[in-house]
Amino acid sequence: MITTEQVAHLANLARIALTPAEIDKLTGELGTIVDSIAKVSEVAGPDVPATSHPIRLVNVSRPDVPGATLSTEEALAGAPEHDGARFKVSAILGEEQ
Amino acid sequence: MAKPELMDYDKAIELFEPVLGFEVHVELNTRSKMFSDAPNPAHPDFHVAEANTQITPVDLGLPGSLPVVNEEAIKYSISLGLALGCSIAPSSRFARKNYFYPDLAKNYQISQFDEPIAFDGNVEVELADGRTFQIPIERAHMEEDAGKLTHVGGATGRIQGAEYSLVDYNRAGVPLVEIVTNIIYGAEGDAPELAKAYVSAIRDIVVSLGISEARMERGNLRCDANISLSPRGSGKLGTRTETKNVNSLRSVERAIRYEIQRQAAILAGGGTIIQETRHWHEDTGRTSAGRPKSDADDYRYFPEPDLLPVEPSTQLIEELRAALPEPPAVRHRRLKESWGFTDLEFQDVVNSGLLVEVEATVTAGASAQQARKWWTGEIARLANAAGEDAATLVSPQQVANLVALIDDGTLTDRLARQVLEGVIAGEGTPAEVVESRGLAVVSDDTALIAAIDDALASQPDVLAKIRDGKVQAAGAVIGAVMKAMRGQADAARVRELVLERANA
Repeated sequence: MITTEQVAHLANLARIALTPAEIDKLTGELGTIVDSIAKVSEVAGPDVPATSHPIRLVNVSRPDVPGATLSTEEALAGAPEHDGARFKVSAILGEEQ
Repeated sequence: MAKPELMDYDKAIELFEPVLGFEVHVELNTRSKMFSDAPNPAHPDFHVAEANTQITPVDLGLPGSLPVVNEEAIKYSISLGLALGCSIAPSSRFARKNYFYPDLAKNYQISQFDEPIAFDGNVEVELADGRTFQIPIERAHMEEDAGKLTHVGGATGRIQGAEYSLVDYNRAGVPLVEIVTNIIYGAEGDAPELAKAYVSAIRDIVVSLGISEARMERGNLRCDANISLSPRGSGKLGTRTETKNVNSLRSVERAIRYEIQRQAAILAGGGTIIQETRHWHEDTGRTSAGRPKSDADDYRYFPEPDLLPVEPSTQLIEELRAALPEPPAVRHRRLKESWGFTDLEFQDVVNSGLLVEVEATVTAGASAQQARKWWTGEIARLANAAGEDAATLVSPQQVANLVALIDDGTLTDRLARQVLEGVIAGEGTPAEVVESRGLAVVSDDTALIAAIDDALASQPDVLAKIRDGKVQAAGAVIGAVMKAMRGQADAARVRELVLERANA
């Protein structure tokens, strides 16, 4: 059961502004999605391990060899603002996690 | 009246039991990053670089880019897990930790959550007085480091009051292993020292494995220290704070001590501890309030869909286990025993950071006591005076050669100190400095006897005393002879000869 409080909380975490009407609509839709997914549990017994991937592959890795990097110009090309070689962002009253 | 900010430390320990927990981040020194093939600035070859030159589309999270795991970083993480006494998960996977902060451009950090690569370990740490303590390890998981922000504007360059921030993503994607302890009880008044000893033990382990540069001042090794106080007899855990920005071993110790005193003063004054991040300030020796825990700490972890599970083979794990170096704590015990050092002598060597040098000097032929004496004594003193690292002044081989010259009677300790100065000044090997400065002990008895006869002749009263059996009177004559020889004589041999000549 998804509540409007949960949707409002998620929207806040995702930095998405939602109107009360949108929250109501999404609460219903998300509830339907969660209920539908939950049906899988009805057929998958405890002997079936949960999976996060549809294809059973493991250990895809690369050798530890440095390759080409972006030039500073390329790196900054999509940035709205930069100062010299660094990205410029608004001061944020948070801190690293 | 304002409440005192800090409680006396001993009083705090009398009233409360400190409860600890640590999160130590280790930057691995692979050549490339965790999920991209950008050069890794935590590798010594790539340490110096202009801002935003060590990045690929993966590090910026550009659309269409996909992370691929660095196989060497997996091996380093497994080795570290094994060295921490952990079990290695037959299957582990990555997860997204979602948060909005510009230190990572993609709005999430790739980490591990419910399936870390290593778990359930134990690290033995040793306090300065030789007591050992077992630190339980909950887990060690792989993740990526974040970029570096510089706050511009405002009074102090800190976050508060900044106008904007500049971001360098070179560090984004550097391979990290985060080592998380279980809750640590029983540290009592040793809590600050134990914290330092634990971080020091982790540093020794990663250095012995060769998987990190482990320079705390460069952020290769970072410690977040959790601490809470439990009122004695209450059986209840207190609210904890997490102190960050602790960038040296000494700071770890000071920060824990400060937090114990700060929290104790608040609790004793009837206040409550706020669960929050605290920042350590090296200059003032205090912590200040950072971010309180809030709704935003809901990271909505979910399995990273762009990466596949890591399932190391038993064979790989066993190969890495077989290649593990001797654990530092075991090595310490072995060396202490084989050298016959007392606790104090051995700790003196460990605390001076010269264990490797002393060991190499012993291997090069010096006795353990002589190696210890020279490294922690004269060499450390000269290094301290010069503001340099003792290990950079002379080589263990040179110290062993110097000791050999003392042992065979060529040098006295006093002459050896002059030779050492010559070696440090770049005048050559100890033997060459002895030769060029003419510092060898005068071993020719004829020259010594002539000087002794002169000294005895000029001090007839002393001569009479010696003949009366007052042997200690010989000191005055020995002193005069040593002076005449400009110190280049073996005092024991001079004493022998003085008594012989006086009674002749």
